[in-house]
Amino acid sequence: MTLLMGAVAYDPKVVTIWGGFRSWLNEHGCPFDFVLYSNYERQAEDLASGRIDAAWNSPLSWIRSRRLAEANGRTLTPLVMRDTDRDLTSVIVVLADSPYKDLADLRGETIAVGAVDSPQATLLPRSFLAEHGLREGAEVELRRFDVGVGLHGDHIGGERDAARALAAGKVAAACMIDSNHLLFGKEGTLSAGSTRVLAQTPPYDHCNMSVGDTVPEQTKRNFGELLLSMSYVDPQVRPLFDLEGLTSWRPGRVSGYGALERAVDETGFYSAEGTVTAQGYRP
Amino acid sequence: MTGTARSLLDLGDLGFEQGAHLLVQRALETLPPGAELAVAGLDPALVVHLEAWCRGKGHRALRAEENDEGVRATVTRGRTDLDRWARAERAGRPEPGGIVASPDPSWGLAARGALVEPGGPPLNADLVERDLVWAELAPSLYAHAASAQWDPATAIGWDAEVALAPEIERAVVQIMTFLVENEQAALVVPARLLARIHPHFREVLQLLAVQAADEARHVEIFTRRALLSSGEMGTSSVSGRESLATLLTEPDFSLASFLLSVLGEGSFLNLLTFIDRNAPDPVTRQVARMARQDEARHVAFGVAHLQHQGKVDPTLLGRLRGAVEQRHQTLVSSAGLNQDVFDALVLLAAGEWSPSGIRRGYAAVQELQEEMDQGRQHRLVRLGFPADEAAELSALHTRNFM
Repeated sequence: MTLLMGAVAYDPKVVTIWGGFRSWLNEHGCPFDFVLYSNYERQAEDLASGRIDAAWNSPLSWIRSRRLAEANGRTLTPLVMRDTDRDLTSVIVVLADSPYKDLADLRGETIAVGAVDSPQATLLPRSFLAEHGLREGAEVELRRFDVGVGLHGDHIGGERDAARALAAGKVAAACMIDSNHLLFGKEGTLSAGSTRVLAQTPPYDHCNMSVGDTVPEQTKRNFGELLLSMSYVDPQVRPLFDLEGLTSWRPGRVSGYGALERAVDETGFYSAEGTVTAQGYRP
Repeated sequence: MTGTARSLLDLGDLGFEQGAHLLVQRALETLPPGAELAVAGLDPALVVHLEAWCRGKGHRALRAEENDEGVRATVTRGRTDLDRWARAERAGRPEPGGIVASPDPSWGLAARGALVEPGGPPLNADLVERDLVWAELAPSLYAHAASAQWDPATAIGWDAEVALAPEIERAVVQIMTFLVENEQAALVVPARLLARIHPHFREVLQLLAVQAADEARHVEIFTRRALLSSGEMGTSSVSGRESLATLLTEPDFSLASFLLSVLGEGSFLNLLTFIDRNAPDPVTRQVARMARQDEARHVAFGVAHLQHQGKVDPTLLGRLRGAVEQRHQTLVSSAGLNQDVFDALVLLAAGEWSPSGIRRGYAAVQELQEEMDQGRQHRLVRLGFPADEAAELSALHTRNFM
């Protein structure tokens, strides 16, 4: 069978990446093709219903497709993930010369977050803040920067706008993934040394290759083993890895999604059965 | 742990937003994969940034407990940076003696001798074999060509007085018009060829680039001389353009080089000497003389290249012969030289319209054609043709000179 995977076209490079993987997999004896989605919600629904065999899922899309599948008595497997998908953190950043010394000092302030559906810049930080006594609409206000809604934060625009709002003094703090704090400092969105990391979330995991139960066990195993065998030494693979931002595939795991599962439940983003219940979320 | 002593790097107050990763990278480069590097530093965001940076680079960072050395994290070295270069190879060696016979097209535009990361798009060049394009003389010819460049604005005494009889001036204008047309062909041919050659043979590219630049200057100075007094160009005949068109369509590097440089520009050397000798004014003399210096170099490369190729390709002489015959067949129904050009050359050598002058001029042009023929034969013999065959082939050369 040809294994059909879904991927979300959050950037034109997605075509290069998956076109390249498609060629490599086919050359290595794994019939593989992909379809592109404009947003993660439709992809999650199609994976859960078996219209596609696999999906390159955001962590949020993993949660929704798993919930949808399980509600229908189906199962999904997080087959592999990028080495760079493991143990990420988000940071709550303030201006270096601001008076805030710890999270409690942000009480009564406005904090910038990313798009409504961004795990790293909105959902996880919001849950983290609430856990530390800073609930949205009670102790703090959140200002959302909705860029690329439906792309689950893959589009960096919301985070960058949040960082700009912080730099402009319009908010007391901003939330972003750790690597983007480094990026914004390097590119000058935040001038070097002008911000301070006030708090950092515990580590969590990001994307995974979710495979449905439409795929025979042997095919699934072959697909996983082939992906894990891809090497950065291979000149055909390396440019694809560079574009997709990994240096090797690692086995998938669910241990890093607990915080996001809780965040989804706390805000009622999805129901337990995977229905979209978030207020004002229109991908 | 590998059992080796742990290395320590102190970043002081340097942050990752200010280039700290360069020091970390440099320290890691000295360590084998799996070894550990302890990182100390004062930047408040150091650990957050170090972790994010290590993740993207295939290293692992582990946050340190409080300790006396001020160590903030320990990095376990990965191997991604090593893997990138694991199959890298040198693109030959930089000096001309280090060129390889068949450079890999995937080396692309990499400098000769560079360490080339494998992969990447193959070069869109079809002249990728040393023996197709190389000549041992290329590096020294290029060096000479580069040192012999001159400025058209200052190399010619444009202010010199030029006051010729109108008919003599018209003859000069016609000759200049003919020269511009030919030099434009001589510009386009090497420019087209050089884009098809693997840059591994860079001295050949450089030489052809300078050759094209030479022709660009020639086009300029001949045009400027033509317009000096009259402000109007002469005529361009169909037969002249037909003859030049056959140069542009030759796809084979050696054959194109042979037809253009050895036979065409070789004949032009005689023509430019003729114009120099019979020039009625100092500007005409100078433009011919400056152009001739450059053309001599072009001929030298053409001959050297074909001599090199003749040593490795026993079929070369047969192919050269075929090229001359084919061009002759193509042009057999063409008149050849623009009659206006021929007449202008006669008048130039005559210097006047008197019967004795015309006799003198006509004889001089016949002598020029004889010199051109001798020159071609001489070069053909240098390439290895027997004398009788050289004479036969020279006679088939286009009447258009180039």
